[in-house]
Amino acid sequence: MNDVAPPAADTQNRSAISAQSPQSSLLWLAVPLFLLGLAGAWLFKTDPLQVFNTGAPPIEKLTFERRVLDDKGIRLKVRAGGSEPMMIAQVQVDEAYWQFTQDPPGELARMSSAWIQIPYPWVVGEAHKVVLVTKTGTTFEHEIAVAVASPKATINQLRPQALVGAFVGILPVAIGLMFYPALRRLGRDGINFVMALTVGMLLFLLFDTVEDAMEIAGKAAAGFQSHVMVALSSLLAFAGLMAIGRRHGAPTGLALATYIALGIGLHNLGEGLAIGAAFATGAASLGTFLVMGFTLHNITEGVGIASPLLKDRPSLPVFAGLAVLAGAPAILGMWLGSLALTPHWAAFALGVGAGAILQVIVEVSAYVVRGRDGNTAALLAPQIVGGVALGVVLMFTTGMLVKV
Amino acid sequence: MGNWLLQRFSRRHALTSGIALAGGAALGAATLPDRVASQIASHGDHGATARPKASSETGHGAHGDMITVGDVDSAKNGFDPSKLLTDWDTGKVSKLPDGRTLRVFEVAAEDKEIEIAPGITFPAWTYNGRVPGPSLRATEGDRLRIVFRNNGSHPHSMHFHGIHSSRMDGVPGAGLIGPGEQFVYEFDAKPFGCHLYHCHALPLKRHMHKGMYGAFIIDPDPARHPEQVATARSRLLGSAENNGWQEFVMVMNGFDTNFDGENEFYAANTIAHHYAKHPIRVIRDKPVRVYLINVTEFDPINSLHLHANFFDYYDHGTTLTPTLRTVDTVMQCQAQRGILEFTFKDHEPGHYMFHAHQSEFTELGWMGMFDVVEATT
Repeated sequence: MNDVAPPAADTQNRSAISAQSPQSSLLWLAVPLFLLGLAGAWLFKTDPLQVFNTGAPPIEKLTFERRVLDDKGIRLKVRAGGSEPMMIAQVQVDEAYWQFTQDPPGELARMSSAWIQIPYPWVVGEAHKVVLVTKTGTTFEHEIAVAVASPKATINQLRPQALVGAFVGILPVAIGLMFYPALRRLGRDGINFVMALTVGMLLFLLFDTVEDAMEIAGKAAAGFQSHVMVALSSLLAFAGLMAIGRRHGAPTGLALATYIALGIGLHNLGEGLAIGAAFATGAASLGTFLVMGFTLHNITEGVGIASPLLKDRPSLPVFAGLAVLAGAPAILGMWLGSLALTPHWAAFALGVGAGAILQVIVEVSAYVVRGRDGNTAALLAPQIVGGVALGVVLMFTTGMLVKV
Repeated sequence: MGNWLLQRFSRRHALTSGIALAGGAALGAATLPDRVASQIASHGDHGATARPKASSETGHGAHGDMITVGDVDSAKNGFDPSKLLTDWDTGKVSKLPDGRTLRVFEVAAEDKEIEIAPGITFPAWTYNGRVPGPSLRATEGDRLRIVFRNNGSHPHSMHFHGIHSSRMDGVPGAGLIGPGEQFVYEFDAKPFGCHLYHCHALPLKRHMHKGMYGAFIIDPDPARHPEQVATARSRLLGSAENNGWQEFVMVMNGFDTNFDGENEFYAANTIAHHYAKHPIRVIRDKPVRVYLINVTEFDPINSLHLHANFFDYYDHGTTLTPTLRTVDTVMQCQAQRGILEFTFKDHEPGHYMFHAHQSEFTELGWMGMFDVVEATT
């Protein structure tokens, strides 16, 4: 619309503004800010909102972010989210008042956190309920569904976790990559089919990651606005990776495979976080069945990484590197999830993962289109649509093994 | 992946997946079961080490770590449960033309924020600024005049458990008054016993649990009980026989601080764990009489259990012979009350616990101690 405005008048206006001195520009910055300050001062001084004061108690919110069960009892990390600072006055465990210490002590300002330590003789394998009672008598409940000792950062605990992480992340990707020689024998349609399969697989991961991110975001303190943070971090990651990936033109071959591995790696980080957290919360008597399910579920990922490489002939170390990039974050996720997971950071990480996956969906699709001489209609070819569908279905059906 | 990250796992759930794990050890992750097993083994130890410390270490009598943190500011509250035990309001006494005793009590309803457990405030409705309200005490046959003023923000009344006319019943239309109004209840003190009064404004449950209740004790008139004069005299406040007793009033109550229809705190005389932190001093060879009244809301029954001792119980206090002999636990439904009589004269000095024998109530604040000591001369 602006394009059709009379060009003469437009340029005149612009030159008139730019002709003004920097001092006057500063003035026009200062005036609205000054007015804002004035309005704020007036609001605080005259307190016209007094009429809305109905005598209702302040809103109190408390989020339980972490929990540690050990030989000293129960430790909980809580974060306040009320309209005013809140004070935790008493602590119940299983409907009995218990002595507790708070670190740091005193009132909890909005968005600040503290650890609550309760010398409670918890019972392994059983359920406990902790209730924090604030100064106003409001209660906040935290359920310990199954009490087990929290993982500790000892080699005895980190090693088996790393093993599970490798089973969930590295092993399936490596096995998927081993289909490479077989895939190389495919013709052009076959390669396109595998690429489409990759897109289908990534689409599943995208929705899966977003769902998990949103779910964890719901557990975070409201002040973090974690749902919005998930959306923003994924868009930012998407835009950033697109920009980096296209510095030297659209990525192909090894570059594209690397981006796919990165996106999958971030997704596997989230998968590791989930399993690690399940360990920490006692949900993980983690059946071997479940671990095997994850392994099967993730094999398609290796095939996906291999698909852009079918025209090259990368060396073995490159394959190893790709497998580690895509799979090893699962190990890191296991450790973080069991030792230091806070919901807002987990949501952020999963958001970034979703953005990375979206980037590779776009790039792999673009790659397919380019292979068809830029003909976007090629995306509707039977082998493409069939590949996407098969990718989604494969992930969905193997997903049934791991959704509990 | 992991919906199951945030799944609420039931215990059964964990057990079944534990079976899956045990069965799947052949699949290569064989270290897992060992790891979990060793975790479980080490938990046994954890449980043991996290057990509450022995009483001598904590200085809280026999409660270990299982007690509320801190103490209530009684001065700020305006009432101290330790003093409330023996704080009788006998009214302004005068003689009527016919020779009978007239007692005039003044009671005012007021809204008041009180601290019902350390650090926890409760927006109470009170009689005379305290919960429970004043322990009104009269003698059988007295004429009672209770001048009740409503300084609160809601309609209130005083409904006495006693014998009176319908006009004096404290129900809507009979002495239930709005804010700023005043009403005078007038009736004879009868029957003798351990009674209570409470607000009968509606909704009753809310007016009760907000704190509107108190003890209403009518001592027997020895002249009317010639066959049991001595017993009656021992119950008559101020008599020589009565001075040989240690009398306490305990109103068992609870507070629903988050208004979910369940009590977060239980106590005798309002303050959770007060008598655990401030044991009630009892002279060893002086018999004890407890006027026990249950006004707990939401839970139909409350109880008192005395440690290491037995007592005689007079249900409603309306008899001079016990209705239950040699018991160590008594239960009362809502508004039920009675008199407990016992002695520690054959006991060694020390702390003797008493509490509700509903463990939940005990652990949520309703427990205390008698500190039995030798008489100092």
